[in-house]
Amino acid sequence: MNRYRMHLMVCGGTGCRSSQSVQIVENLNQELKKAGMDQEVQVVTTGCFGFCEKGPIVKIYPDNIFYVEVKPTDAAEIVAEHVVKGRTVQRLVYKDPAGGKQIPASTDMPFYGQQIRIALRNCGLIDPENIDEYISVDGYQALGKALSTMTQQQVVDTLKKSGLRGRGGAGFPTGLKWQAALKQKSDKKYIVCNADEGDPGAFMDRSVLEGDPHSVIEAMAIAGYATGADEGIVYVRAEYPLAVKRLKIAIAQAEEYGLLGKEILGSKFSFRIRLSLGAGAFVCGEETALLNSVEGSRGEPRMKPPFPAEKGLFGKPTIINNVETFANVCPILLNGPEWFASIGTEKSKGTKVFALSGKINNVGLAEVPMGITLREIVENIGGGVRDGRTFKAVQIGGPSGGCLPKSLLDIPIDYESLSAAGAMMGSGGMIVMDDTDCMVNIAKYYLDFTVDESCGKCTPCRVGNKRLFEILERITDGKGTMKDLDDLEVLGGTIRDASLCQLGQTAPNPVLSTLKHFRDEYIAHIVDKRCPSGVCQNLIHYVVVADKCIGCTVCARNCPVSCISGERKTAHVIDQERCTKCGVCFSKCPVDAIVKE
Amino acid sequence: MAKLKSMEELAKLRDDMKNRTEMRVTGTNPDRIVLSVGMATCGIAAGGRDTMKTLVEELEKHGINNVSVVATGCLGYCYAEPVVEVRFPDKGPILYGDVDVKRAREIVDQHLVKGILLDHAIIGKGAGRR
Repeated sequence: MNRYRMHLMVCGGTGCRSSQSVQIVENLNQELKKAGMDQEVQVVTTGCFGFCEKGPIVKIYPDNIFYVEVKPTDAAEIVAEHVVKGRTVQRLVYKDPAGGKQIPASTDMPFYGQQIRIALRNCGLIDPENIDEYISVDGYQALGKALSTMTQQQVVDTLKKSGLRGRGGAGFPTGLKWQAALKQKSDKKYIVCNADEGDPGAFMDRSVLEGDPHSVIEAMAIAGYATGADEGIVYVRAEYPLAVKRLKIAIAQAEEYGLLGKEILGSKFSFRIRLSLGAGAFVCGEETALLNSVEGSRGEPRMKPPFPAEKGLFGKPTIINNVETFANVCPILLNGPEWFASIGTEKSKGTKVFALSGKINNVGLAEVPMGITLREIVENIGGGVRDGRTFKAVQIGGPSGGCLPKSLLDIPIDYESLSAAGAMMGSGGMIVMDDTDCMVNIAKYYLDFTVDESCGKCTPCRVGNKRLFEILERITDGKGTMKDLDDLEVLGGTIRDASLCQLGQTAPNPVLSTLKHFRDEYIAHIVDKRCPSGVCQNLIHYVVVADKCIGCTVCARNCPVSCISGERKTAHVIDQERCTKCGVCFSKCPVDAIVKE
Repeated sequence: MAKLKSMEELAKLRDDMKNRTEMRVTGTNPDRIVLSVGMATCGIAAGGRDTMKTLVEELEKHGINNVSVVATGCLGYCYAEPVVEVRFPDKGPILYGDVDVKRAREIVDQHLVKGILLDHAIIGKGAGRR
């Protein structure tokens, strides 16, 4: 094996691949060959670095230089300047948007400054398609440690002591779940990994599977040992082709090395893992619906209890954990539960990965210690609101979560505080909204999603959410009454209390939380027939300001329905009857003489 | 690849594979020692690449971790190329000149392992800063 003096790490996550990072790898290899350096310098395709906003990312070791927004055509310069002559390519170095200062090392960047990477520890550090690299960073040591030095109960106790809670959303203590499965007497038990990531705007599970699939496989095997299961199933969305491909590679490699299969590492423990591809129904992220789907039935939730730990897949005791939960297991076993419990808050230990998106400067994945405030995530890591606009709200937890206003930016992030504020940890999607986002419309958007995704098994969710949606539609159409607000609250409360599964129980959250924190926007829609953010089409009008209009006729010529009239060099008029509110005149006017009211 | 049969075999494989990724872990460590080799046109012409290769090999031979061997641009000492700068985290940098393969071995043997400076080869010393 070659001893490479330099490693060029190129992000191979889905985001960077869509910006041609595969081509970057190819070009770098070609340039290295041309320079006669291909035996000295290695190009490695890694998982997601998290800083998707500035992708594709190329990180260079040992220099610890972090290049952003690299194009395939930059490969020649990187090799000629950086690799051959040791000169940093300044124009590709990240610039701090605040002062314009160049920051060559990722460790100095505000985006990474407050992060602690446990679940994402290997994303960007190793080649996910190479088991040797995973082993070189202590991969499979935790499984080895469990098999050779720990009893089943000791593994469960370690998890309990660490305080790890489910990262899929609900936050159930992982150790207790494992204990419940260990207690069951059964000839067969299952370990299931829930990789059915469905929240709009959440992509941490995908990134873990793409960037470090072995960490999930190893943790599943540990769970198998701890509870006496011999089979694992990863339920992953078919829309994640790269994650599926890398999982398959990883499973095959682990089998080849004898880290999956019969009598692992000379012990009595045998474990195998297979994949089950989901067709992309949101409800299948709910654990019992997921089990039905794996069994080949319709993805509809079951009654609980019995919980899956007692009667799960094919009626056998089953542990279902989320991808990110599993990704935390190996470090806990290797570093000890005390280490893990020292990070975070009293009731929420460790870290949480958040997927930042929306109107924020640094879109990407950030893993932060529990207890950090929303403000720190939005302003420091996220770099604040995009285009210098004003922060209005942050949506947390996807369709099950809620919108939190500016006044709650200083609450610490943990399971309890978020629930108390009307949002929810959820899977960790975090969508930032600015003053151009209408909160009624946002609530409507999420409800539209859940109405679409409701499996239809129970009435409160199937019918109730549809009615909620219709009320919201009335309000955004300008036909709402004040009584609608009471109806929203009552109906929302009923759906929350009476639905069978978490999908229905949490579906009204986006409505209830916006109603609580942004009631004045609802009232503006109902009483003033006005959308303060200028989003709801039926409540806005485009008007020509006569004083400003220079009569250039641009608006009239571009109007698709020819509803603007006026002579050259005189003020124009929009016929409100025929106007379709498409906004073309508004964006075309050269002197901003058309306003939205 | 034969199947791993025991914890010991896994541990051995880990140690064998360690140098695949060690550089990346070291690269972000603020306490690392940095060896910078002048690799501008003058450095390369004077044999900088052999110097660099030797440094990497010697470090591995001695089992020294926590050192990053980095290529750097022209330092201005073109007459003394190849030049190597040794920078410990808490000390000022030491600059060696005319570092051929033999002197590269000496730097690892003496300076890094024993902490003895190669007085005859020093062409510059920096102030005590990080």
